[in-house]
Amino acid sequence: MSKPRLVSQLGENEYYLPGHAACHGCGASIGLRHLLKAIGPNSILAVPAGCTSIIAGKANLSTFAIPFIHTAFGSAAAVASGIVEALERMGRKDVNVVVWAGDGGTYDIGFASLSGAAERGHNILYVLDDNEAYMNTGIQRSGATPKGAWTTTTIKGKKESKKNIIDIMLAHNIPYIATASVAYPMDFHRKVKKALSIKGFKFIHLMSPCPPGWRFDMHLTVEVARKAVLSGVWILMEIENGRLTLNPPSNTMLEKRRLPIEEYVKMQGRFRFLKGELLEEFKRDVENNWERVRKILEEQGSLKK
Amino acid sequence: MSITTRVKKVLTGNHATAYAVMQARVDVIPAYPITPQTTIVEKLDEFIENGLLDASMIRVESEHSAMAAAIGASAAGARTYTATSSHGLLYMYENLWWAANARLPIVATFVTRAIGPPWNIWSDHQDIFTLRDAGWILFMAKNAQEAYDLTIQAFKIAENPNIRLPVGIGYDGFYISHTSEPVEMLAQDEVDGFLPDKSNIKPLLDPENPFTIGNLPDAKFNYLIRRNMWASIEESLEYIKKVGYEYYLLTGRNYGSLVDAYKCDDAETIFVSIGAMANEGIVAVDRLRNKGDRVGHLNIRLLRPYPEDEIIDTISNAERIIVFSRAISMGKGGILFTDLVDSIYRHRLDIDVYDVVVGLAGVEVVDNDFIKLYNDVKDGIFDKRETIFLMGGRYV
Repeated sequence: MSKPRLVSQLGENEYYLPGHAACHGCGASIGLRHLLKAIGPNSILAVPAGCTSIIAGKANLSTFAIPFIHTAFGSAAAVASGIVEALERMGRKDVNVVVWAGDGGTYDIGFASLSGAAERGHNILYVLDDNEAYMNTGIQRSGATPKGAWTTTTIKGKKESKKNIIDIMLAHNIPYIATASVAYPMDFHRKVKKALSIKGFKFIHLMSPCPPGWRFDMHLTVEVARKAVLSGVWILMEIENGRLTLNPPSNTMLEKRRLPIEEYVKMQGRFRFLKGELLEEFKRDVENNWERVRKILEEQGSLKK
Repeated sequence: MSITTRVKKVLTGNHATAYAVMQARVDVIPAYPITPQTTIVEKLDEFIENGLLDASMIRVESEHSAMAAAIGASAAGARTYTATSSHGLLYMYENLWWAANARLPIVATFVTRAIGPPWNIWSDHQDIFTLRDAGWILFMAKNAQEAYDLTIQAFKIAENPNIRLPVGIGYDGFYISHTSEPVEMLAQDEVDGFLPDKSNIKPLLDPENPFTIGNLPDAKFNYLIRRNMWASIEESLEYIKKVGYEYYLLTGRNYGSLVDAYKCDDAETIFVSIGAMANEGIVAVDRLRNKGDRVGHLNIRLLRPYPEDEIIDTISNAERIIVFSRAISMGKGGILFTDLVDSIYRHRLDIDVYDVVVGLAGVEVVDNDFIKLYNDVKDGIFDKRETIFLMGGRYV
């Protein structure tokens, strides 16, 4: 079969089943559906505390048609390490071991176990489902919350910048790192497939907007995610063995052919404090991300001087 | 090289444990170093590197992740082992409960050590008693031989499909972990014959049989999960006894009963203690017996499930019991004492029980401490309701 070009070509099999307990318009829900289509049934999913602890549904039913283990909040990557080694001992090297973790479970409480598993090079695909705050506990700021965003613990807007997790993972010298967006499922699907074809620790950073947490209407999830990319706030890229490639449509946006950032910001109630100097700082954070990308592209000789 | 016949070696408690783990042919060992546990996993690493043990060592970045990786490995169906002490145990605490509630047959060694601050690497039992209520089956070995024997038995108990609970073997840091003693080891084929086939461990994470571990239940469903755990750990008493008896038939060593009683049959006074200090209690019994005093010692080798029937049978004819706890429930008393008086009340026995806290922070406990308590109790200097603190031979 040729490469799928449309979501409808990703296969009719569903491993993320109807009856899940996600909120209406949940970005993570879109991400999970497409992740599971890409990894297929011969996979094990490890998930720390977070929205997906609820999304998985009520015992003794489950939203997931593949083996699934809930883990303690800071433990998903370490649990996955144990699964990988056990499968290897038992001669089951064909099974995909996948972590699906939120930003709290990755940037913050799960950071040590993430770093440890990456450093050990365990054969794990780690998908960071980033909705930029602790949404499951009711919208508290995390290390992934962007500057200026309202949360219940930053009621006048967060003062600090979003932690650069991609650079941190880059410093672990892992073979594959990518960003993805729920608005670009074909891109996400391709990246998951590519990651699974590579042995070692792989990291995919998926942006998944959250209607109640970001304060937008539930029918706008994909639109918000798309605006994040088109405004350059979210950059679609992959880093294979340290070599960075920009993916469409971000690959045309290095020269600032982007929507105004306001187009993205104004859709979301969480950015109601993002005005004046704070908005300028937010824009500077976005610009710094692009400058970082430009520097890497220059260093690897991908840009004409 | 592999142990083809029974052999007696002079080993530390930690190395005796490592040999038992090797002979149990574990699959996965997630480990993080902490004194005084470290030499167990160092030795296991050496066995793996030298080809004596075909297992994966996961050198994790913390104890929290050590138990997390053990959870993943055990859930995937591997025979899994780890070890820790003190702050390491506390750092993995959340996942220790997780392992029990997920009904994972992990075996772990807890080399007991005081909890800081101040930093202190010597033995007391405060760390292992934090696990008292977690759903782990907990043993406390009194020497290197027991550390070896109980480790072998632990895998068989944990992996029984009707039990499926993690099993921990505790013993005192340095007193047992780093002191060398003669240890008789079984031949490899004897261990292979004694332990169940590893394929009996039902994997919870199996793509052929997809299953979700840990979805949110309603409260009553969750209550029943806890209730069933109680039933399993209660019922495990019989199986632990059966495994001990099989082990006794194999080795002739003292596992025929759930309790390790010494000269208790006609004793008027019984000392109760566990771990390394039990050996001192036994010496004290012999010294007092030589003078004609009817004294015995009860070592509660199995902390959980609490072998209440055997304990009551052992003590029911005694006039007084002196309980030596190396761990304290702050604001309540010695933990072994509170366990025991609960059972005495449930059986409506009329026995005087004395609560003595000894050996905290690694202060030495010797036979003279037992004898001093025996004499002072007989002289009636204590109120039965008080908690007595004896530190290095003097009351404090």
